[in-house]
Amino acid sequence: MDKRPYDNKAWLLVLPVFLIVAISAIIPLMTVVNYSVQDVLGPFQRVFVGTEWFEQVLNDDRLHGAFLRQLIFSGCVLLIQIPLGIAVALTMPVKGWQSSLCLVLVALPLLIPWNVVGTIWQLYARPDIGLAGVAVNSLGIPYNYTSSAFDAWLTVLIMDVWHWTPLVILLCYAGLRSIPEAFYQAAKIDGASAWAVFRYIQLPKMRRVLTIAILLRFMDSFMIYTEPFVLTGGGPGNATTFLSQFLAQIAVGQFDLGPAAAFSLIYFLVILLLSWIFYTYITHTDREDAR
Amino acid sequence: MTLVLDRISRVVGGETHLHELSLTLEPGSLNVLFGPTLAGKTSLMRLMAGLDRPSGGRVLWDGKDVTGVSVRRRQVAMVYQQFVNYPSFTVYDNIASPLKLAGLPKAEIDRKVREAAGIMHIDGLLKRLPAELSGGQQQRTAIGRALVKEAGLLLLDEPLVNLDYKLREELRSEMREIFKRHRSIVVYATTEPLEALMLGGTITVLHEGRVLQSGPTVQVYHNPSSLRVGQVFSDPPLNQVDGVVDGSGVLLADGIRVPAAGHLADLAHGRYRFGIRANHLSVFRAHDDDIPVPGTVELAEISGSETFIHVHGPGIAWVVQQDGVHTLRIGEPVTAYVNARRLFAFGADGGLVAAPPRPRLGMAAE
Repeated sequence: MDKRPYDNKAWLLVLPVFLIVAISAIIPLMTVVNYSVQDVLGPFQRVFVGTEWFEQVLNDDRLHGAFLRQLIFSGCVLLIQIPLGIAVALTMPVKGWQSSLCLVLVALPLLIPWNVVGTIWQLYARPDIGLAGVAVNSLGIPYNYTSSAFDAWLTVLIMDVWHWTPLVILLCYAGLRSIPEAFYQAAKIDGASAWAVFRYIQLPKMRRVLTIAILLRFMDSFMIYTEPFVLTGGGPGNATTFLSQFLAQIAVGQFDLGPAAAFSLIYFLVILLLSWIFYTYITHTDREDAR
Repeated sequence: MTLVLDRISRVVGGETHLHELSLTLEPGSLNVLFGPTLAGKTSLMRLMAGLDRPSGGRVLWDGKDVTGVSVRRRQVAMVYQQFVNYPSFTVYDNIASPLKLAGLPKAEIDRKVREAAGIMHIDGLLKRLPAELSGGQQQRTAIGRALVKEAGLLLLDEPLVNLDYKLREELRSEMREIFKRHRSIVVYATTEPLEALMLGGTITVLHEGRVLQSGPTVQVYHNPSSLRVGQVFSDPPLNQVDGVVDGSGVLLADGIRVPAAGHLADLAHGRYRFGIRANHLSVFRAHDDDIPVPGTVELAEISGSETFIHVHGPGIAWVVQQDGVHTLRIGEPVTAYVNARRLFAFGADGGLVAAPPRPRLGMAAE
């Protein structure tokens, strides 16, 4: 029916996008896929191995260990940072120069490059010359993050809390500021306690920013690499070797490109799956909180 | 329960929000707090509720001094501009919340919640969350929560401003009926003259933290004590014109002769400021004694089935509220008809000197 002339030139307009997406996403991804199903013996010698690398990686005890550590680490991060962030946001001043000052101070750790954060804490926590390390040891508590797995964990956790709780604080602070004064007045008139105000007004009103905070902190902590790399290098032993660290060890340390590629894909899919779960959760609550 | 505000004032950081004022609110009365934004309506309500402590004066409930008593221990319910409901509670739980806090038995709570929901026409929505309601339904829930509390003092701070026109009309007329049955003191703050008139009751006109006038709403409308009350309690604001009363009658602006008859007959000779409401002007001659005032059209706004025609002439800048939809070109010559029976006269100090007689039945209704 349509008598308009058919013109293929439109494809030319879409071409740049195709090229950019191909170069930036599809080709690198396909390279990884390539490596994950082949064994590269030499420059022009490669053998198709099917799912061998995947099976090898999935049955690797070191991966299981790293995955477990990663889950525990991300869990600890959320359990500490979310309540702490809410608590700090609740106590921050709401107006005047004090609030501006607090916001700047709180935001400072977020402005520091990740490897610098690692370096700062590496020095700060050193048991021989670091301020914190020496102080703790002089209190009679033996502390050495390079030899004790527990100390290493503690240091990495404290470092992450120091670095990223500010993000949660800022998000919660913004959420709290968006609650109209009338809600607090109404609660006061109703005779609601401080706990009831928090439980039935502040917390539900913060729900959306909290979901975002949890999502961001979970994804970020799940992919943590730089800070433990600088601070502990994954040690002592494998105590602080998380998934990214483990991947770097096989890919760069042992140059096992096949298993590394297979693991990269698994890692990618895990993150994609978790993101999808969070995304559907957020859009679901969005529909509930349509306001 | 009677609420008496005895010479209360409120000063915040050197800024006077409320000048010394006294008010007595009787149980079962509907009290309209009227005034433009920043007039002090909300400040006054906060003092009544006990959310703020007055800087001076006393607050008496049934003769008992409650000036410093916290809002928690007073029997107060309040409805706000914003739709304030507990976000994670259903409509039912929202309405039930003050009763649960009061520790009432379950069966009684259930009965009262359903009754309030019935009055507010939200009985079909009891299982919903506030976020799943429209603005009007959210405000109905908030009002239901305030009603169910059966507090001695019910404060409504511009509860309808955030609703659209239709919902506002609907809820306004419903509320008037609900207030009639209410035994407590109802205080209703509004910026709209029309809303105040529809609610009736008594009115307190506030301006910049002072009470300009108080009395029965309709009476205040017909007898504004000053030019300022006339201005704020009219929409569009009262039209004004300078005039002189001499032996041969009233001379408005630059040579508009009006007979000094009726309520204007007793005016002493001298200068006055005359006022006339926009709905009492017309661009058509309605009565034989209407006086033509020539001018040009400055602006013509059509609003619903009315046209607001801004007429400018020598010494006058008036708004004519004309029934019907009329299209007028800007700059077009037009004649506004004014009737002496409708003129308010204010003295040099802005105080009312003569008000038009109240319209009798059969005459044009307000």
